Amino acid sequence: MVNALLDRRLLLITGKGGVGKSTVAAALGWIAAAQGKRVLLCEFEPKGDLAFALGGVGPRNQEPLRFVPREVHPGLWAMAMDPDESLKEYLRLNLRIPFVTRIGALSGVFDFLANAAPGVREIVTIGKVAFEAKQRAYDLVVVDATATGHILGQLRAPQAINELVGAGLIRSQTSWILEILGDPDVTGLVITSTLEEMPVTESLALLHDVDTKTNVHTACIVANRILPAPFTVAGERVFRGMRTDASRLGLTDTRMAEAIVRGVALTEDLRRQRTEQLARLVAGVGRIPVALVPELFDVAAGLPMTRDVASQLRDELGL
Amino acid sequence: MGGSAPSGRATEPTLNGFDDVVASSGVIIVCGSGGVGKTTTAAAIALGAAERRASRVLVLTIDPAKRLADALGLKAVGNEASRVTLGPVAKGELSIAMLDTSASWDDLVRANAPDASTADKILVNPLYRNITQRFVQSHDYIAMERLYELRAAGDYDLIVIDTPPSRHALDFLDAPSRMSDFFSSTLLKWITLPYRIGGERAGRLGYLASRPFYQIADRILGSDFLRDIAEFFLLFQSMYDGFVQRADAVSALLREPTTTFVVVSTLEPAPLSEAEFFLNELERRKLSVGAMVLNRTLPPVFSDAGAIASARQLAQERVGGADRSGAGAGAASGELARARKAVGETFLRFASIAGSQTSQELRLARHPDVVLRVPLMDRPIVDLDALTGVVEHLWSEEAATRSTGRHTDSRSADLMTRKKPGTASS
Repeated sequence: MVNALLDRRLLLITGKGGVGKSTVAAALGWIAAAQGKRVLLCEFEPKGDLAFALGGVGPRNQEPLRFVPREVHPGLWAMAMDPDESLKEYLRLNLRIPFVTRIGALSGVFDFLANAAPGVREIVTIGKVAFEAKQRAYDLVVVDATATGHILGQLRAPQAINELVGAGLIRSQTSWILEILGDPDVTGLVITSTLEEMPVTESLALLHDVDTKTNVHTACIVANRILPAPFTVAGERVFRGMRTDASRLGLTDTRMAEAIVRGVALTEDLRRQRTEQLARLVAGVGRIPVALVPELFDVAAGLPMTRDVASQLRDELGL
Repeated sequence: MGGSAPSGRATEPTLNGFDDVVASSGVIIVCGSGGVGKTTTAAAIALGAAERRASRVLVLTIDPAKRLADALGLKAVGNEASRVTLGPVAKGELSIAMLDTSASWDDLVRANAPDASTADKILVNPLYRNITQRFVQSHDYIAMERLYELRAAGDYDLIVIDTPPSRHALDFLDAPSRMSDFFSSTLLKWITLPYRIGGERAGRLGYLASRPFYQIADRILGSDFLRDIAEFFLLFQSMYDGFVQRADAVSALLREPTTTFVVVSTLEPAPLSEAEFFLNELERRKLSVGAMVLNRTLPPVFSDAGAIASARQLAQERVGGADRSGAGAGAASGELARARKAVGETFLRFASIAGSQTSQELRLARHPDVVLRVPLMDRPIVDLDALTGVVEHLWSEEAATRSTGRHTDSRSADLMTRKKPGTASS
């Protein structure tokens, strides 16, 4: 039996673009912080989505997160990944050359490492969060990670470095990073998906790739934006009748009744598609738990949404 | 290129300005944040152009949904284009190709290496794959490179390209110049310097190796890896002239007046702010934005004040639980009452989404002249028929209207404005 989700030290949240990764990451951090844990949230691709999910008026109107964590709510710190800063920190800690970027001749080394040496960017990115998990300055590190298309490259960075690099400091770092990432009690991947064809396909493909090409364990799948079923089975039959005869809706304006029925019929078609995709997702993930988060209709995006998703996830996962 | 205007210009009636945009474009680049329906939109624009104008159209896609790719007859792998079978009324031709990053890089290397043996050395270099997968935004670059190649070949009047899911929204625009910068950088010269010096001057290697750059790089990466990297770049550098020339040509193609950008977004906060960022950046770079597509909007009925009032009335109806015990007609009417209430409640839920869509749209500080609305459809866009539904919306008059209060009158013609059912997926 592996650790419960929030008892791990590093959670990496991924998913196709637009599925709600940042909200899920913020919500998991929110729950853990509410339980009294010290939590670090880290956004790998700082577009402002995580800051928005943590409160504020719009994705681009946030005070941007920086590499140095800031306490955004009690117990909840947030930072934005910056590979250059991460590399500087790494060099400072490991080479003890704090001046590395200040001396002209050495800035060339820095550019080279950051831009041209394969794998360095990836290793300092994943290495930074693994380092935080190892240091235990926080009880839990939750990462709003890169989308499904790029996450594999990051998770595979330590292996890639091992294959490419024979020796050197970077190589010597890979073993402890692999140890952190590969321990299911420490690290868990959370794949978020909406219930449409492409996100489900990408989620299943990623799950397979993570299983076969990395040593990381997938802790759970979050199926986002489930539509509630409005009708009972008997009610559905009644609604089918309304689709052919809208007067059964009991409104005096028949054209209005038809328009309303057609509108609701559209939402029912949409719900049926999502239900099919959910079935495909559940069938494809095997024993990995799938947490369901409903479509939240009346909730404003941003912190209100994060809090609602947090309460859904708390119930769903028994956190 | 650029001189050959697509035939058929001005033969079609202009409905909403989008037809003009398509007519005056040789290349249409579809961009927007992940998950908003870029691929579907690109395919629909290409299909519409091929159906409505006597032109040869290609859609170059990055990662289409499998069912859509199958339906269009796209081959699973490789750069080769396949012809899509269109209906008898189509005036033009449509082909589809998928971007194969690895194959495209290999082609590029073969085309630019000084000789076959250098090309082979590069292609078998262990760093080559690794680097072309990650470095200098190689996916972004190769997409633009492939676009240039296809455009230069002149087989198509219009190429519609779906942009890669970029980490940073506009990386693909900078990719050509970044590639050219990299090859002319002193950094590259530094890395390769010790290894460019021939055998008779090898003594100087010792001197160079003592320089701080190599000492530190050595310590971090190990000397073997450093040498591998340098050798690789040394080989790569033999392609310098060809690459820089190409990168500049690709940049020029993006700036041509016949190259048009179409920005796609859903009416949700995050994609929309990404879209606005795109619009700002495209304007700053003086690139031409042809249209904005607002995808998966809810039909106007959900914003209609009369419909909302009726739905509220249905939702508030009392449903007596006692009906269940009664037999026959009593039970049926209880079921009917419950269904009516559920219809009202469901309608109101989606009306609240429509409300936030409208307020998102009203907050749009900037948009191009042509703004098209493609409504949410009742089935996934996974075949030509469903795609035709999207095409009809892109070219329809209604698509171009902004939602601002226009549909608050319940007597307006058709509250669904749907011509053909179908659901926008990515």
